Amino acid sequence: MTWQQHLPALAIILPLLSAPLCMLIGLRRVAWLIGVATNLGGLLISVGLLQQVAGGNVISYELGGWAPPLGIELRVDLLNAFVLLIVSALAFWVFVYARRSVDAEIDSDKQTGFYAGLLLVYAGLAGITLTGDAFNAFVFLEISALSSYAVISMGRDRRALTAAFQYLVMGTIGATFILIGVGFLYMMTGTLNMVDLAQRLPAVSETSTVQAGFAFLSVGIALKLAMFPLHLWLPNAYAFAPSVVSVFLAATATKVAVYLLLRVIFSVFGVEFTFAQMHLEYLLLPLAIIAVISASLVAVFQTNLKRMLAYSSVAQIGYMLMGIGIASAMGVTATLLHLFNHALMKGALFMALGAVVLRVGSVQLHQLAGLGHFMPWTLGAFVVGALSLIGIPLTAGFVSKWYLVSAALDAGWWWLVVVIAIGSLLAVVYVWRVIEVVWFQPPNAALAGKTEAPWSLLLPTWGLALANIYFGVDTSLTTGTAEAAVGALFGVTP
Amino acid sequence: MIDTLTGLFNYWVAVILMMTGLYVVVAQNNLVKKLVGLGLFQASIFIFYISIGKVAGGAPPIIEPGVELYSNPLPHVLILTAIVVGVATTAVGLSLVVRISESYGSVEENDINQADRLAELETGDDQA
Amino acid sequence: MSSEWLMASILCAPFLGALLIAVSGRWERLRDVIVLMVPLILLALVAQLLLLVPEEQPHLLLGEIMPGLNLYFEAEPLGVLFAGVAALLWPVASLYSIGYLRGNQEKNQTRFHACFALSLGGAMGVAMAGNLLTLFAAYELLTLATYPLVVHKGDDKAMQGGRIYLGFLLFSSIGLFLPAILWIWQLAGTLDFTPGGVLGQVELDERLLALLLLLSSYGIGKAALMPMHRWLPAAMVAPTPVSALLHAVAVVKAGVFSVIKVMVYIFGSDRLASLAASDWVFGIAAATIVIASLIALRQDNLKRRLAYSTVSQLSYVVMGVFILAPLSLAGAALHVAAHAFGKITLFFAAGSIYTASHKTEISQLNGIGWQMPWTMAAFSIGALSMIGIPPLAGFLSKWYLLLGAWQTEHTMAMLVIILSTLLNTAYFVPILHAAWFRPATEEQQHGEAPAAIVISLVFTALLTLTLFLWTEVPLKLIAAIPGVAL
Repeated sequence: MTWQQHLPALAIILPLLSAPLCMLIGLRRVAWLIGVATNLGGLLISVGLLQQVAGGNVISYELGGWAPPLGIELRVDLLNAFVLLIVSALAFWVFVYARRSVDAEIDSDKQTGFYAGLLLVYAGLAGITLTGDAFNAFVFLEISALSSYAVISMGRDRRALTAAFQYLVMGTIGATFILIGVGFLYMMTGTLNMVDLAQRLPAVSETSTVQAGFAFLSVGIALKLAMFPLHLWLPNAYAFAPSVVSVFLAATATKVAVYLLLRVIFSVFGVEFTFAQMHLEYLLLPLAIIAVISASLVAVFQTNLKRMLAYSSVAQIGYMLMGIGIASAMGVTATLLHLFNHALMKGALFMALGAVVLRVGSVQLHQLAGLGHFMPWTLGAFVVGALSLIGIPLTAGFVSKWYLVSAALDAGWWWLVVVIAIGSLLAVVYVWRVIEVVWFQPPNAALAGKTEAPWSLLLPTWGLALANIYFGVDTSLTTGTAEAAVGALFGVTP
Repeated sequence: MIDTLTGLFNYWVAVILMMTGLYVVVAQNNLVKKLVGLGLFQASIFIFYISIGKVAGGAPPIIEPGVELYSNPLPHVLILTAIVVGVATTAVGLSLVVRISESYGSVEENDINQADRLAELETGDDQA
Repeated sequence: MSSEWLMASILCAPFLGALLIAVSGRWERLRDVIVLMVPLILLALVAQLLLLVPEEQPHLLLGEIMPGLNLYFEAEPLGVLFAGVAALLWPVASLYSIGYLRGNQEKNQTRFHACFALSLGGAMGVAMAGNLLTLFAAYELLTLATYPLVVHKGDDKAMQGGRIYLGFLLFSSIGLFLPAILWIWQLAGTLDFTPGGVLGQVELDERLLALLLLLSSYGIGKAALMPMHRWLPAAMVAPTPVSALLHAVAVVKAGVFSVIKVMVYIFGSDRLASLAASDWVFGIAAATIVIASLIALRQDNLKRRLAYSTVSQLSYVVMGVFILAPLSLAGAALHVAAHAFGKITLFFAAGSIYTASHKTEISQLNGIGWQMPWTMAAFSIGALSMIGIPPLAGFLSKWYLLLGAWQTEHTMAMLVIILSTLLNTAYFVPILHAAWFRPATEEQQHGEAPAAIVISLVFTALLTLTLFLWTEVPLKLIAAIPGVAL
């Protein structure tokens, strides 16, 4: 086999090996460089994979040469190539950004461990994205989760520890639910391979075992993607983790969980079973609506900006779930688009906040009055990300909102349009609150003498901010790939 | 009735352990005990998995000449992986508890939340 | 210069101007020169465009945003009229604002001028938009670019005003207009502005079409149909140059212009005529005209009276569309220009009075005509134009509106126009009377405002006269709008 054919495995193995390498070498700058290089490699690999599957073909990679359905298979199609692209791009970008931010927030002797942890998180996420085996998904899920608990706990505030612990407890319960679900499916079909499951499930889909398995899987994944009301771990985890971790997790972790849900619904169980028989939309849509409205409302009243953005993420995940709940090709396209675009938006916003933490040491809104005078570029990037969050035309956020509302109108669910409009207007409120304080209030005396963020933080932040505008104007990559991926999903289901 | 109890014995054990574990996680104040409950919860799943691998009349899955029917080895393998995951989870959890204990001086959830709330009132940071 | 490059230059000039202003902020003289030069360059470009239209209709395709949806600009007659008015008034407003900001020693002048340029860029985008998506994008840009101008002073009142401003405009655009646009997209499959409308063939329940019509009308919050008008008086916390150009010309005209575009090019006059809901919107516009005039009567603050007068005058345009007569559509289009020239003069005068004497209330204006003859003369001309006295521009547009109503035997419309003319008289004439015929209460000699201000307002006053006398170009453009028969 040529090395190009090994790309799927390399995508996972590269970060997996780099992590212990970081710890062994033990020098924090070198560890950082290893991280940057690894993730650059990861990004190039994902671009290569996307090119390989662009025509619609599916790569099936046998790990260790053991053939599926008994061996573990890595299965790459347009859907997960697209998701891997955004995850790896953000992982690389975050590592480029990380150096100064990590210096400010984490003790020097712990930094190699931190970088190793981040690499492991990425390895786990890549694994979930690429695997074609249900149990393997659980394993990678736990790899990324455990590493996340560790890196979240490294925040300066001691509440990072309790946040990580709470996440650990809830996350383990969620992962164990997924394990139960997989177990039930295995009981009834005798296989763990996703393609094989898809072929064998229809015969036994009427049994309560399979239905219970579906329920456990859905709830477990729902916890991982912070669906209301299983989102309680998210606000504290994002708020108190180190800024770099907030950026990375906000942009990638829940997205991969959404991907897993899509994979389970469409490639394992199938549209027929999920929506016609089990009526998952009755669960997804109401909870998504509640998520959008209640999370946005709570965000309005937060004074800690990171926590505000965390609640905002819960609302945005609600949008993604709405797209799935609409259960049409347009709806899932909207979900995929928003998956990509939201990563860009939240990435830019959290990166800007990370720069603020570096210079000011706090993200409490009342302490940031008039900061726009001292850090105009950083907060300018924040404004761009905020406009994308609201959904102003010519930004990425507008494109995903457009598709979502079109999907809702297409399905005849006009009241969803009302909810989306309310969500956007609430986003205007909580975002504009920040812009007003930061740009239009007289500067807080304590901020005198603060300087703009360093280049190494500013450039990546603006890179993401500009990406928001780029993908709001030239959507050929995002919409084209999303539509093709969804087309394949709806065509392949049994 | 008896059939249901004895025939589905392994499921009953799994369910009772699972619920006990979950209850401990939710109801216990002490962080270490929460982790114990979590471990109990995970253990129930392990038992469940292994028990469904048993084939009636099957021998342990070790190749031996003369044996025709083996129990399913796959669940055993899966659970070995899951046990390792569980061990890692417990390890991470306990190390977090150690750090929490150093930082807060207590591993009781009530005390920790109280301390947080007091600190937030002082600094003006917002509530959870 | 090829027509595409012309279009691109017209669209880019304000944004490049904003950039230049922003970087030259430290050198005040240079910045102010740029602030004056950029509008003049834009005026020259738009004048060139005026020569081409309506024989040619230059367009510019910037690319596909989403499958089937382009960023597309087209210079059609109504748009060019709007662009022409804005481009003509921008240099004057720039001169005025330099004088005003310096005279009042305002802070943040660079931010002011840069956002001003961005707003004009947004206005150009709205004027030249070739489809509903492009219009919406420019419309939102206009809202965002004008926000820093509204909250310029930075005090609590300004921030509160800014919140109301943004709240109403974004609520209407994101909550009402955007769903309407998406609905139109779903029904018609296209968002391009097409003569005769794109909803002509669509089969839809009457009540749903009525809902769509209402969503579109209220969704365009900048047209200030009651009760979506509250942002206008709230925006009066802005410095007067902002109120003058933006809230008498660019922003509000963008609003009613968008209404005309949507009604004529998306719904189509024929479709509108067949809808019962058109009468509802007519009624809303008519009510706005009368109620706003009544509220204006009760205002003592000069700018607030002018604000409510603007709300009332904007609905002239909307009402003109919904009278559904070809001539009244012409009157509506002409009123875009006539009201612009008149109102900007009035606001300039208000700002001039404030700069010279720090007076804001009408009750303080006794005898001020003799202290500030140029200012009050211009104010009088503007007021008379609003009332509709020949030989001023306001007469022409009202005339066409009335004629159109008469031709279609729309008695209600005629009554409303006559009633509102009386009300206009009732709230303008007392100001003139007080300024010229009442003796001054204090002996303060404050004299006229700085030269830059006075020159500007004399110029715009003359424009109201000119528009009446020299109507060739505007009427040529208006006659080319589909649905108009002059």
